[in-house]
Amino acid sequence: MDVEPEMLALFVGFGLVVGVLFGFFGMGGSFLVTPALLMLDYEPSVAVGSGMAFVFGTAVIATLKHHDLGQVDYKLGAIMITGTTMGIEAGRASVYYLESIGLAGALISVAYVVLLGGVGAMVTRDALQGDSGGIDHEATGKRLDEYEIPETAKKIQRTIRIPPMVTLRGDVRVSVWVITAVAFATGLLSGFLGVGGGFIRMPAMIYAIGVPVPVAVGTDLFEIVFSGGLGSYLYGQGGGVDLGIVVPLLFGSALGARVGSAATAVVDADGIKIYFGGMLLVGAIAVGIGEIGTYLGSPTLELIGLVLVIGAAVVVAAAILYTSVVSLRTTRSHQTATAD
Amino acid sequence: MAGLEIPAWDPQTALLIGTILLEAIVLYAGYAGLERILGPHVLRLVVGGTGSGQ
Repeated sequence: MDVEPEMLALFVGFGLVVGVLFGFFGMGGSFLVTPALLMLDYEPSVAVGSGMAFVFGTAVIATLKHHDLGQVDYKLGAIMITGTTMGIEAGRASVYYLESIGLAGALISVAYVVLLGGVGAMVTRDALQGDSGGIDHEATGKRLDEYEIPETAKKIQRTIRIPPMVTLRGDVRVSVWVITAVAFATGLLSGFLGVGGGFIRMPAMIYAIGVPVPVAVGTDLFEIVFSGGLGSYLYGQGGGVDLGIVVPLLFGSALGARVGSAATAVVDADGIKIYFGGMLLVGAIAVGIGEIGTYLGSPTLELIGLVLVIGAAVVVAAAILYTSVVSLRTTRSHQTATAD
Repeated sequence: MAGLEIPAWDPQTALLIGTILLEAIVLYAGYAGLERILGPHVLRLVVGGTGSGQ
C-alpha cells in the first residue's frame, strides 16, 4: 500500500467531505468514491473493490450508532443478507468479466451517469417543488407502529402472499420472496458499482416491503455491514481492495460523519437538498466528461471530470458546515438577547 | 459471465477486511472520546460563547 503523501492527504480530505454528506443526508457521498478512483486511473476492480471496502467501514460505524438507538430489525436483515449476497456476487462476477473484455470502466461509468443523473434529477425536482420527500435518518420519538405504510407496500403485501410469510418490526407482514427480490436487485447494484446501495435499498424497503423509516435505515446499515464485508472480501481475494485508499478515506469520513450528523440538529435539510441534487447531477456530468476524456485519450477532460466530481462534493459539504455555523451563531445571539 | 463462486477461506484477505473492521471500531470509539473531550472547546471556538449548544 504505497501511497504518496499528497494522495494520502487527498483521500483523507475527500473522506472528510464524503463523511459530512453521509452524516448529514444519511446516504449518498459514498457513491462518489468509485467514480473519483476511476478518474484517478485506478483499475475498475480496485476502484469498485476499494469503494465497497470503504462503504463496509462506514456502515460498521453507522450501525453501531443505530444499534444504540434500537433501530435495527435483525430478522429482516438476516433474510436480506442471502438475496444481497447473491446479487453482489453476480455484480462482482460481471465486473471481472467486463474487465476481461475491456468494457468494465466504460460500462460502470455509464451506469453511474444514469444512476447519479436519475437520482439527482429526482432529488432536485422534489426540492424545487418544496416536497420534503427525503428520509429523516435520525427519526426518533415516534412509535414504530405509528408510521403509515405506503400504498405500494400495502398492495404488494395484499397481492404477493407466497409462503413463507414473516412479521417484521412495526407489525408488517410480508412474503420472504419479496424481501429476497428487493435484496437481490440492490445487491446486484452494490456488486457492480461498489456502492452500499442504501439510496436504492432504503426507499425499496419503505415502498416495497413497508417497514417504518427508522427501521429501514438501521436495518439497511446492518445489512451493508455483511454485504459490504462479503463484497470487500471477494474483491480483496482478487487484489481489488487497496488499504492505501480505504484507510485514509475512512479516517476522514468517520470524523466528517460525526460533524454531518451533528449538523442535522441545527440545519433544515430541505434547504440544502437542492445542493445535494445539484451535486449528483454535476457528478453525473463529471463522470461523463471523464469517460469521454478516457475515450479520446484527453488527460485535460479527465482532470476536468475529477475536479468537477470532487468540487461538487466539497461545495455541498462546505454549504452544510457554513449553514450550521451561521445557524448556531444566530441561535446563540438570540439566547444572549433573551438573557439580557 | 465469469461464473458465481463460493468464497474460499483466505487468511490474508480476512486480515485485510479485519484491519478495516478494526479501524472502523477504533475510529468510532476514538472520535466519540475526542468529541466528548474537545467538542465543547471546538464549538466555543467556532460559535463563540459558552458552547453549551449542541
